[in-house]
Amino acid sequence: MSKIIGIKIMPRDVLLDSQGRTVASHLQSEGLKVNDCRIGKYIELEFNDGAATPAEIEKILKNGLYNPLIEKYEVLET
Amino acid sequence: MSNRKTKIGVARFWGTNCDYDVKKWVELAGYEADFLWFQDQFNINDYESIIIPGGFSYGDYLRCGALAARSPVMKSVREFAEKGKPVLGICNGFQILCEAGLLPGALVRNEKQKFQDRIIDLEVKNISSYFFRTSANTGSTQIKLPIAHGEGRFYGSADDLKKIQDNNQVWMKYTGNVNGSLNEIAGVKSLKHNVFGLMPHPERALYSWMGSGDGFLFLPEVGA
Repeated sequence: MSKIIGIKIMPRDVLLDSQGRTVASHLQSEGLKVNDCRIGKYIELEFNDGAATPAEIEKILKNGLYNPLIEKYEVLET
Repeated sequence: MSNRKTKIGVARFWGTNCDYDVKKWVELAGYEADFLWFQDQFNINDYESIIIPGGFSYGDYLRCGALAARSPVMKSVREFAEKGKPVLGICNGFQILCEAGLLPGALVRNEKQKFQDRIIDLEVKNISSYFFRTSANTGSTQIKLPIAHGEGRFYGSADDLKKIQDNNQVWMKYTGNVNGSLNEIAGVKSLKHNVFGLMPHPERALYSWMGSGDGFLFLPEVGA
């Protein structure tokens, strides 16, 4: 059996997300009721049963999966 | 006296595309250049300086420079830099050095989304003994270099920016807003002033017919 851990990574709030801003402005120009848009990424990591310990996930995150200067993350179990 | 030429190591990753430009540039300036493959480590005593060229290492997967920064060749580059020896990162090389933590800050997507590809004006700040000398004739620190990047907007927290400023680590500034870089920063140096990174491409500015010949100002004269 294996287990999948999802990692949601978003640009930090203080960072201008020029991609999200462009998409928001496009949606608004189509007359859609959107105030803002921010774009991040979603990563799925697959583990053998029991291998996805919090310590192991933290090690993976610290090994470059996100850049704390510009990004924040959330670990989501599936 | 040895006849051996001073050697510069030029790191190459999957997706590097300015490697031959950089090799040609340093050879024209009188140096010998070796390519350093990213999957190998190297002997840090074999080189006087290391250059990390531009391109799209690892296809810019995950984040620009993120995977390259954690490759074997960068273990040697880190050891090399810790000895106080000079390292230069150009464009994607700058992104790699930031991701490796050898330079402060991060490079994110341009403010206006547009890929910026043109010749721009720069002001050189805090000149060190390596990788830039003022033009002997003019003493000028105003130079022109080409840029070519989609993710070159320099970002640091307010604290980081203050530290970079206070420690004289700002190396190059755009003279206007080119990509939304905070404080118009185009290049920075490490705290010890031996690791350098910049987004513009000095190796693409060798003769006036290229739009600028200022690229040679970056290489110390051989034997100087």
